[in-house]
Amino acid sequence: MAQKAIREFDAKSILAKHWDKYFPNFTYAYETVMVKNGPGLREAAIDHAWLNDKKLVAKPDMLFGKRGKNGLVLFKDQKPGDVTLVKAADWIDSKVKEKQEVYFSFDGETPSGNPSVDYLTHFIVEPFTPHEQAEEYYISATVVGDDDVLYMSAEGGMEVEEGWEEKVTEVSFKITESEDEIAAKIKANIPADVADKDKAAFAEFAIGFFKAYRELNFAYLEINPFVMQGKKIELLDMVAKLDDTAGFLMANAWGDVEYPTSFGMEEKSPEVLAIEDADSKTGASLKLTLLKPDARIWTMVAGGGASVVYADTIADLAGIEDLANYGEYSGGPTTGETKFYAETLLDLMTRKKDAEGREKILIIGGAIANFTDVAKTFTGIIQAFEEYQDKMKEIGMKIYVRRGGPNYEKGLKDIKEAADRMGLWIDVYGPETHVTDIVRMAVEA
Amino acid sequence: MAQLFTKDTQAIFWNNNASAIQRMLDYDYTIKRKTPSVAGIVAPTSSNKFEKFFWGPDEVMVPLYKNTAEAKAHQPQADVLLNFASLRTAYDVTMEALEIGGFKSIMITAEGIPERLARRMNQAARDKNVIVIGPATVGGIVPGAFKIANVGGTIENIVNSKLHRAGSCGLVTRSGGLFNELSNIIAINADGIAEGVAIGGDRFVGSVFIDNLLRMQDNPEVKYMILLGEVGGTEEYKVIDAVKSGRITKPIIAWCIGTIAKYYDSGVQFGHAGASANAASETAEAKNKAMADAGIYVPATFNDLPTKIAEVYGKLKADGVIKNIPEPDMNIVPKVRRKKEFICTISDDRGDEATYAGFPISSVALPSTGKGIGDVISLLWFKKQYPKWATDFIETVIKTVADHGPAVSGAHNAKVTARAGKSVVESLVTGLLTIGPRFGGAIDGAAEHFKYADDNKLSPAEFLNHMKKLGIPIPGIGHRIKSLKNPDLRVKGLMDYAKECFPATPLLDYARTVEALTTSKKENLILNVDGTIGILMVDMWRALGYSEQEINEFIASGTLNAFFIAGRTIGFIGHVLDEKRLDMPMYRHPMDDILYDVQMADEI
Repeated sequence: MAQKAIREFDAKSILAKHWDKYFPNFTYAYETVMVKNGPGLREAAIDHAWLNDKKLVAKPDMLFGKRGKNGLVLFKDQKPGDVTLVKAADWIDSKVKEKQEVYFSFDGETPSGNPSVDYLTHFIVEPFTPHEQAEEYYISATVVGDDDVLYMSAEGGMEVEEGWEEKVTEVSFKITESEDEIAAKIKANIPADVADKDKAAFAEFAIGFFKAYRELNFAYLEINPFVMQGKKIELLDMVAKLDDTAGFLMANAWGDVEYPTSFGMEEKSPEVLAIEDADSKTGASLKLTLLKPDARIWTMVAGGGASVVYADTIADLAGIEDLANYGEYSGGPTTGETKFYAETLLDLMTRKKDAEGREKILIIGGAIANFTDVAKTFTGIIQAFEEYQDKMKEIGMKIYVRRGGPNYEKGLKDIKEAADRMGLWIDVYGPETHVTDIVRMAVEA
Repeated sequence: MAQLFTKDTQAIFWNNNASAIQRMLDYDYTIKRKTPSVAGIVAPTSSNKFEKFFWGPDEVMVPLYKNTAEAKAHQPQADVLLNFASLRTAYDVTMEALEIGGFKSIMITAEGIPERLARRMNQAARDKNVIVIGPATVGGIVPGAFKIANVGGTIENIVNSKLHRAGSCGLVTRSGGLFNELSNIIAINADGIAEGVAIGGDRFVGSVFIDNLLRMQDNPEVKYMILLGEVGGTEEYKVIDAVKSGRITKPIIAWCIGTIAKYYDSGVQFGHAGASANAASETAEAKNKAMADAGIYVPATFNDLPTKIAEVYGKLKADGVIKNIPEPDMNIVPKVRRKKEFICTISDDRGDEATYAGFPISSVALPSTGKGIGDVISLLWFKKQYPKWATDFIETVIKTVADHGPAVSGAHNAKVTARAGKSVVESLVTGLLTIGPRFGGAIDGAAEHFKYADDNKLSPAEFLNHMKKLGIPIPGIGHRIKSLKNPDLRVKGLMDYAKECFPATPLLDYARTVEALTTSKKENLILNVDGTIGILMVDMWRALGYSEQEINEFIASGTLNAFFIAGRTIGFIGHVLDEKRLDMPMYRHPMDDILYDVQMADEI
C-alpha cells in the first residue's frame, strides 16, 4: 500500500524540519512532544522547559480524528487554558489505564456506528495557544483522480466538514503545472472570507504549504486549524499520509517515521512482522494479513490478483467467518522464501482445532504463473509440510491445490506424492480446472 | 492506431532480462515471425556487444547498447520500449525515452515507483501520445504478432491458452497473474484473444481501462471485450460512460474483484496498491452493479465468469459476428537446445558454394568480376561492399607496405629462421611476430593520436605539447633520410590519390598543418608512410559513413596494423623463398659485433 498514515507528531516534525525552506517569512515554534504515558511526559519536561512554563493541551496521537467529540482533548482543568504539566500527566495516566471507546463518525454531537475499543498508547502534548476564532484557518491537499487538489478555508476547526460546500475553496492542479502557474492560481483563489489584510500572508503560507506537500511526497496533508497571528503560525491539528514508495528518495527528508496500525486494529503479530521483514528483503512479494486466526479456511495463494479472487470466493461460498487470513506470495520467490512463508502459515493454522470439530482447509491456490517456477515454490511448501506434518494430521486438515505456469506438472506431481507419502489429505488441480473452483469443492465436500 | 502491435513490431528491451527475452524470441519463432521482436537490449553495465538467444533450434545475436539513445539510434524501427528498470530508475528511463522520441508505446514493469513521479511520467507520455502500459505490469500481447516479455508464461501454456494466434476477444485486466488465467479461461470457453493488456497494479498507471477499450472498439479484429477490474478507483465508470454514450458498442463482459473488501475497513489492503476503496462508489459491488445496470455483461460471481464468457461468445458466434478461426501453422521450439560455442558472421561454407559476406567466392574472385583484393578485404574484414575508390586505396596500401628491404627486423628474423632450415610458415611467423608497437605500429599510433588531436580541436602547437606531455614521439612523423625537399614518393603517391579520389580528407589536412610545424623545427620530421596510411584510413572510414566511435574501435582492435600485416606477409615470404633459393647456411652473428659486459653475479 503506497499511502500510509503517520502520526500528527511526525507530520509536524517533518514540516518543522523543512520550515525555513517552505515558510521563510513565517515562524513556527515547534513546541510539541510525543509521549506514551504520564511519566514519559514528566521526563520530557527535563529537555523541554516550556512543558513546565506553559499551559498545555494533550490528546491522543493515534491516527484517528474527532478527538474533541470523543472527549479526548485535554485543554482545561477548571477553565480553558489552565492545564499544567501535572494535570496533563495525570490525565494521560488516567487514559492509558484501561481501554477507551472511540467513535470514528458522528451525527452532529451524537456518535454513530460502533466504537472501536483499544488502549491509547501515544499522546501529543503542546502549549495551549490563546487566539481568536478569526485567526483560525483550514488548509489541506491531496490527489483526486490525476490531479493535486488544494482545499482552503477561512474557517478552521472541526466545523469545517459541516459546511464544506460553502466554506471551502477547492483548487486543482495538473501534475505538469509550473511553480509560477501554481502560485498564480493559489493567489487568485484565496477564500473570500479571509480578511483582506491577511490575504497576502494567507496566500504565501498556502503556496509554501502546497509546495511542501508536493516536494515532501505527502499523499495527504491537512492542518485543521492553523492559527496565523501576523508572521507567527501555530499548527493546532494535523493529519498526514505519506507516499511510502517515495521512501528511498525521502529517507533524509522524512527522518525516522513510523507507520502505526489504526486504533482498534489488532497489533501486527510477530508472524506478520516476520513476513513483512522477509518481504522487505526480497525482490519477490510476500504478504500476510491475519483476519480470523481461529477460522477454518486458510489460504496460501500466489499472486496479488488471484489472492483477491480466492478471498472473494471464500466469502461468497463459505462466508466471511470462515476465512482466517489474507495474503499472497508472488514475483518468483525462492524455495527458501516459500518454505518460510508456508511454515509461518502452517504454524498459525495448527495452533488450535476447529471449534466445531471440523477439518481445517488449506487452499494452495494460484492462477497460471507468468514466470514463477511452480515446482520450485512447491518444493518450499513440501519442505514446510515435512516440518509440520504431525501437527497437520493432529489438527485435521484437507489441502486443495490449484496452480498453472512454468513447470506446474512437476510441481503438482511432487506435492501430491509428498502429501500422500506423509499421509496428508490432498487434491491437486491444474489449469484445466477454473482457478477458484477448488473453493467450491472444499466447501461442498 | 487501431492495433497495439503488429507482426513487424520490434522493441528495445531495457535491462538484459535474458529469460524474459528468450520467451519473447521463443514466441516469435513459434508464430513464424521474420524478425526477433527484440531489436536491441540496453545493458548499461555490460561490456559485451551482443547477447545470444535461441531462435528455434538455432541462435541469434541481439545487440547490447549502453543507453537508450544509442539503442534507438541503431534500431530506429524499434518503436516499443520494454522498461525493465528497477523502481528506482524506471522513471528516469521512461522520461529519457520520451525525450529521445520515436516510441509508440512504453511498458514499465517496476512496482512501487513514487506516485508523484509515476503521475508526472504518465502525463508526459500522454502529452506525447505515447501509450504507457504499467507501471507494475506483466505487459500485454497481440497474439500472432508481438508478445511483451513474460506475458502468457511458458510456450506450452501460450499454445494451450491460444495466445499463438489472434482470437476475437479484447482483454483488459489490472492483474498480470489473472491476465494469464483469463487468457486460459477465454481459450477454453471461446476462441482466444485478439489483443490483451494488463494495465498494472499501482495506483497511477499510464493507460487505463478506457484507453485500451476504446482502441479495441476501433480494432476490427476485436469482436467483444472482457474487463477485469478491481475494488478501488473510478476507472470502470469511464467505461460505463462510454457504453452509455454509444462510443463503445461492442459487447463487454466485466467483473471487479475485491468484493471481500466490504467486510473489512481500510486497514486491510487486498491485492494491489491501487485496490483500496475510498468511497462507496469505488467498492467492487457498486462497480459491478453499475456496470450491469449499463448493459455490460456481469456474472454473479468470479466463479461464474467462464459461463458468462461461453454465453456471450456463443451468441456472437450464432449471430455470425464471430467466424471460425483457422489454426495457423506453427514452428515447434525444440525441448533440448545447445548453445553454440563459436560464432561466425563473415563467411559461410554451408551452401553450394562458400561465400564471403554473402557473396559466392567466384563472384569476387574471377577476373571477369572486376573485383580485387581490396574488395575481398572489405567483405571479409568489414562485412561491407566498399566503393571502388576505397578498395583501390586498400590495394594501394597493401602494395605499398609489401616490403622494405632485408634489414628491417621482421625481414631479418624471417631470413635468419629460414637459414636455420625451418619451413616457410615457421620463418614467416618469426618475421610477423616483430610487428607491433615499434615495427609497423606507427600506423595505429598515428591514426590514434592524430584523430585524438583533431577530435579535440588541438592546434598543431597544442598537439605537439600534448605528445610531449605523454612523453612519446609523434607516431607517423619523421623519416631517416627523407625530407620536404627530398620527398618520399610513396607518401606523395598516397596523398595525391586521396586528394583526387577521396570525397574529403579532413584528418590528412590537419596532419599537414602539424607537419608544417614539425618540419619547421627539423626538416626530416615529415609525415612518413606509416603516418599517412593511418591518417588516410581514418579519412576513408569517415567518408564511408562510419561513426567516430566505430573508427575508434577499429583503431583499438588493431585493424590498421592488420593492413601492414597482410601487406608485409608478401614481402616476408619473398625473403624466405629467397633464402631457400640461395640455400645459405645457418647464420651465426659475428662475435665482434657484440658488446660483452658480463659481471660476476652477487650472492643475495
